[in-house]
Amino acid sequence: MADRGPAAACLDAVLRQDRGRCLAALVARIGDFPRAEEALQEAAASALVHWARLGPPAHPQAWLIRAGLRKAIDAYRRETALARHRAAIGRLALQEAALDAEPDQAGQIPDDRLRLIFTCCHPALEQKTRVALTLRSLCGLTTAQVAAVFLDAETTMGQRLSRARAKIAAAGIPFAVPGPEDWPARLNSVLTVIYLVFTAGYAAGPAAGRDLCDEAVFLARMLRALRPGDAEIDACLALLLLTQARRAARTGPDGATVPPQLQDRTLWDAAMIAEARALLAPPAPEAPFRLKAGIAACHLAQPPDWARMAALQARLLAFEDTPVTRLSHAVALGEAEGAEAALAALAPLAADLRAYQPFHAAAAEFLARAGEITAARAAYAQAIALAASPADAAFLRARASDLPDDSQPRKKEGRAEARPKSNREV
Amino acid sequence: MRFLALIYTDPALAPPMSDSMNAAYFALNQRMQAAGVMVSGLALQPVGTARSVRLRDGKAEVMDGPFAETREHLGGYYLIDCADQDEALAWAAQIPGAAHGTVEVRPIVVFG
Repeated sequence: MADRGPAAACLDAVLRQDRGRCLAALVARIGDFPRAEEALQEAAASALVHWARLGPPAHPQAWLIRAGLRKAIDAYRRETALARHRAAIGRLALQEAALDAEPDQAGQIPDDRLRLIFTCCHPALEQKTRVALTLRSLCGLTTAQVAAVFLDAETTMGQRLSRARAKIAAAGIPFAVPGPEDWPARLNSVLTVIYLVFTAGYAAGPAAGRDLCDEAVFLARMLRALRPGDAEIDACLALLLLTQARRAARTGPDGATVPPQLQDRTLWDAAMIAEARALLAPPAPEAPFRLKAGIAACHLAQPPDWARMAALQARLLAFEDTPVTRLSHAVALGEAEGAEAALAALAPLAADLRAYQPFHAAAAEFLARAGEITAARAAYAQAIALAASPADAAFLRARASDLPDDSQPRKKEGRAEARPKSNREV
Repeated sequence: MRFLALIYTDPALAPPMSDSMNAAYFALNQRMQAAGVMVSGLALQPVGTARSVRLRDGKAEVMDGPFAETREHLGGYYLIDCADQDEALAWAAQIPGAAHGTVEVRPIVVFG
């Protein structure tokens, strides 16, 4: 993009860093999400022309917000002269005058991104739409980059995003920070989106030039700056940092997943771990992300504190009773109390998780430990068929080939200490 | 913006209309009026009184009963003026019928 000149480079940098801030400011003033999005896109197109001629302005964010406001007024003028459009033009002209009266300082524009993220993560929108809209609106990914995250075609993703904005306007989805009554549930919806952004990046690695793990950490830090002192936001950031800190160590040279207890600890990022521990140090009420961060912290101990992990998983079930949470609980339980406990907890999950590779991998390991070699072999075969990557399939194949002959029953739990049973983090 | 809160209840499950139920609706009306959100609200006679009509080939076909054969029937509505969907749902949750039936909340289309 360097050959597009300094104006384009400046615009790219501003949109990458501050698109969310500009969009939030425009939604706040225009009061209509789809119009604000269009206005910002038109403002960005004019910026390319004007900045190429006159050089980038001193405060590009303020320039884009002001230009966006004018574009929105123009859009109302172009449409049929409806009475309510005339009222909107009058209202926006006042907003524009108010901007003109302010000194031209980006720092003086109130930060409306907290309201924007609660809109993008509103429970009236589908989960996938929440993630996509947050990436587009607050992280400044292009529609093509968001499409790449979901392996969707760009036009499909573009339609999903514009339908979502239209729904926000038509259904009256608020552009507001929820009140104390709704705060815990709505904050959880926002933090869940941030965590999904993170896990998408963790699974895929940097894609389309954007590292989603970094974007998730950016969002968590942004939330924390905008609403300091919230223990759940702190816990969410800690959870991301604890996982991110081990990122360099999570795969071996062959690309296969390495379980935390076998990872090369010299590759862990000590500064990130220290920051996460500091975030978790103050006492806090029991809440989902606090528990998840606590569970992630258990992986740092050598050996991992499985009993504590199983207890935290059980408490997490009170908030999120899902088959995947139950699977994690079963694995921790198996490590803490033995294969029989794990198999008893896994049995009721078979129907819900039959297409979920980690379920079969966990079942295979605990069956092997319980001496049920034939069943373990069958479970490995299922896990291998569902493996997400060739390296993970190879890991599972190696574990399966370690199984003793069916004809030679071995001592139960015989190799429990020798190798980890699963390549999956709980 | 304005929202229509449609109250659907199952006559087999709904408690019979009583003084305490009437009092609960009356109290809600007062709270809505005090907050300035209530535009209107009406209760309907039981679904057994319903007749439906449609025009086919220019001819009116009249049927006894409601449009859809469902367990839960439309029993009444509130038209409310709220800042956004969150506020509308918070009011809808206070409608006594929500305790045993379902209240569907739909934004009103603004023309012109």
